[in-house]
Amino acid sequence: MENWSLFSLCVLLGLTSRWAVSFHSYSGAGKPPMFGDYEAQRHWQEVTYNLPVHEWYFNTTNNDLNYWGLDYPPLTAYHSLVCAYVAKLLNPEWVELHASRGYESHSHKLFMRATVLFTDILIYIPAVLLYCFYFCDGSSKQKVATALCILLYPGLILIDYGHFQYNSVSLGLALWGILGLGLGWDLFGSLAFTLALNYKQMELYHSLPFFCYLLGKCIKQGLTGRGFFQLAKISLTVLVTFALCWMPFLSDPKQPLQVLHRLFPFGRGLFEDKVANTWCSLNVLIKIKTLLSRETQLFLSFALTLLFILPSSLKLLSKPNLWQFKLALVNSSLAFFLFSFQVHEKSILLAALLMFFLFVFFHSMLPLLVKDGLLLPYVVTSLAFLFLSLYLLSHLTRTNEPLFWYFPFHFWFSLVAMAVLSFTSVWLEPPAKFPDLFPVLVSILSFLHFLGFIIYFNLVQLMEPQRKKSQKKTN
Amino acid sequence: TVMAAPMTNDQSWFYALALGVSFLKCLLINAYHSTDFEVHRNWLALTHSLPVSQWYYEATSEWTLDYPPLFAWFEYGLSHIACFFDKEMLVVPNLNYASPATVLFQRLSVIVADVVFFYAVKECCKCLREDKGKDLLGKPSFILTGLLLWNFGLLIVDHIHFQYNGFLKFIGIYFVCVCVLLLNLKHIYLYIAPAYGIYLLRCFCFTQSNAVLVTLGTIVLSTFAVSFGPFIALGQLPQVLSRLFPFKRGLCHAYWAPNIWALYNIADKAFSILGVKFRLLDINKLPKASMTGGLVQEFQHSVLPSVSPLATLVCTLLSILPALFKIWHRPNGARGFLRCLVICALGSFMFGWHVHEKAILMAILPLSLLAVDSRKDAGIFLMLSVTGHYSLFPLLFTTQELPIKIFLMLLFTIFSLASLKTLFRKGGALLNPLEVTYLLGLIPLELICEFVYPLTVWQKTFPFLPLMLTSVYCALGVTYAFIRLYNSLLTCSDTTKKTKMQ
Repeated sequence: MENWSLFSLCVLLGLTSRWAVSFHSYSGAGKPPMFGDYEAQRHWQEVTYNLPVHEWYFNTTNNDLNYWGLDYPPLTAYHSLVCAYVAKLLNPEWVELHASRGYESHSHKLFMRATVLFTDILIYIPAVLLYCFYFCDGSSKQKVATALCILLYPGLILIDYGHFQYNSVSLGLALWGILGLGLGWDLFGSLAFTLALNYKQMELYHSLPFFCYLLGKCIKQGLTGRGFFQLAKISLTVLVTFALCWMPFLSDPKQPLQVLHRLFPFGRGLFEDKVANTWCSLNVLIKIKTLLSRETQLFLSFALTLLFILPSSLKLLSKPNLWQFKLALVNSSLAFFLFSFQVHEKSILLAALLMFFLFVFFHSMLPLLVKDGLLLPYVVTSLAFLFLSLYLLSHLTRTNEPLFWYFPFHFWFSLVAMAVLSFTSVWLEPPAKFPDLFPVLVSILSFLHFLGFIIYFNLVQLMEPQRKKSQKKTN
Repeated sequence: TVMAAPMTNDQSWFYALALGVSFLKCLLINAYHSTDFEVHRNWLALTHSLPVSQWYYEATSEWTLDYPPLFAWFEYGLSHIACFFDKEMLVVPNLNYASPATVLFQRLSVIVADVVFFYAVKECCKCLREDKGKDLLGKPSFILTGLLLWNFGLLIVDHIHFQYNGFLKFIGIYFVCVCVLLLNLKHIYLYIAPAYGIYLLRCFCFTQSNAVLVTLGTIVLSTFAVSFGPFIALGQLPQVLSRLFPFKRGLCHAYWAPNIWALYNIADKAFSILGVKFRLLDINKLPKASMTGGLVQEFQHSVLPSVSPLATLVCTLLSILPALFKIWHRPNGARGFLRCLVICALGSFMFGWHVHEKAILMAILPLSLLAVDSRKDAGIFLMLSVTGHYSLFPLLFTTQELPIKIFLMLLFTIFSLASLKTLFRKGGALLNPLEVTYLLGLIPLELICEFVYPLTVWQKTFPFLPLMLTSVYCALGVTYAFIRLYNSLLTCSDTTKKTKMQ
């Protein structure tokens, strides 16, 4: 079969799974007074449509920041504004100031789901197709198989089309950034990544590798000659993009500060909910949240993040090629996830974008998904994804991937452990003394995996010499 | 080659396709379901709670039991498992009961019953001739599995709209004396009974010993006996038959199936409008009943003669007689039989009384088997399947299901086009330009019917116009496929002795 038909079949399968998952429940459905992320997105449409720009990030009589105040960078706000215009055309009640709080209806749900699908088709899916087409090695069938696996990755599907978010926008833009760098279009890549950063501040996890790669490349070209001009062009692109995105907020010095304050809420604690990172897991043994002062917590997390990210970044700086870049992306996002401040479960999606061990990350989101009533899609999509990726992998790889088979025993053991945990967290009642037992167990198990991954990938990046191109295909 | 894994006895792709489609079906559990869902829930309830003597008399719900007895026994069996999901669904007065557990159980029962269909398809693939060394995506068995397992019509009708067709198709494809079993499960298979009957009689009964005739006869009679027996003993046979064949219903279903009568209706309407315009007819003398109103209304035609159930029966028999005669005269082995089967199904679809557009699947599925075998049939298959599947669109009219039906339709169409094109690479295109234009015309039709029309003024005054347009447009394609099928049956008389290499 021709390539175009195979790729379109993959896309259609991906789109069908996405839309089928969207039939199910969303975050906070029918749970007043706060509801969930779905209501947050709707509320942002309401706020951006009805209020002037300088009030969006401030606590005013019309804008109660305690009720899902805006805490993403301006591009999200502009996106919500565009959606709000469409919503107003369809049904003004959806974005009525104050009156539309907690609005829930079947047609509204369809509208919201449709907005996710639209941006997905526009930004994320083309990026995935291009990535597989240009940057995957192997035969066309292997490229198609990779595309299928990426498009069917349950984590993104369930968070965007189940729980309700717009991660496909920021991840898609970041992927365009990676594509740009891979094709040698540094300016385009920087532009795309800057836009991604201005959409969700979580992309900071990927920023250091981008920075080190571009800087390293310019240094290699010679800082006194071409390299300098290249660096200047890139910096200019980034600065102009930032300026354009933040333009409405630059009139008053208080504005950008307030926005930053909303984006990086150091006022909140070291962690919330049960997240598979160091602090949450450590908290089980020592109550660090209460033991250490907030300043010490901040310092500790900053120091550890930096410690884990430094070796990888330095290596990339010295050897700026694409393979190192990809590894650095993985390591950097893992480091940020594991050690930084105020991490949410969904942040792990960033590391997942490039790694093949997506399944573990997905599993770590189980408590969140169960809370949202998304158990059925979780089971179906994860089984489908696992089966499909194992099947395709076993049929299409010619060489034994050290990445994949390095820990065969551990891999199967992890799978069994995750299956058992999934089963118990849903079907069994936790003992009265430890009501959060299962979410915590899930977090700890996932944390141990991630710790293992970060150590392994750092070793891979730092130790080995130039690997052959054929081994990149696991990404 | 590109598939590096050793292909000693690698049937794993079959399981991959089967598992994949099952996962998709699971994801669709929460999709829209039609009144057929309540129909089956009602049947679960009444077979479980009432004695056998009451099954065909029970009328608390409007959805009375109107399938043959073996299906009733099947529902009875299912009801015992249903107990474990939600006992409330088995209470007859619980009309329209649809708790999450009920939905889960019913959907799962269709998905699990389909496993039986998978088995039949697997066996079918064994009959296909295979070229060694061909890559997986070009193998006829892979393509056939895709065309059958991932059939758009089956997915839409069984797993969203809600029915049990896949499971029934198993029996249709696999067993030789299946016509009997089928007739006892779902009398829509009367459509193809003549084909089976004639073929069996011709092949087995007059060429082999009398023992075979006796065995066949015994099997037929005993199956009927077991299935209908209890009802005959209770003297309920007339009641059962009246439930199975409700001729009180109109010529056309609420959604017109794209058959001859749709074209007939349109012609009648056109003539009556023209007649009134040119003062040939008096508008007051024309019957008022609407052709498109309601599910069970009868109506009269204004200009052309009205059609009675008997007339449709005669037309149907006339349409399939040549084909039956052909295989009586010269049975072409399995292929000839299949071709006749498709023609019988299609003929009954074209001329039958109160035909539901789901019945097009009866013709499309067997045609898939022929499509992977011959170029001409592949071309006819593409015409019939795309047109037939598109005619199923009105079944899912909710906005939520709109993307699903478009994605799945595109998925199946692209798959069938691309894979059949690869299979029959040599020898030119499968479809001629006229056919391609016709099929492409479905895209503007869809845009008009589902996107543009609802925004116009006419939506309120002529709400049935899109349905009518769809039926008429598709009827053209279906008729064309019927003619071409007949053509290929009547002209392939000299391939009996040659090996089937086309």
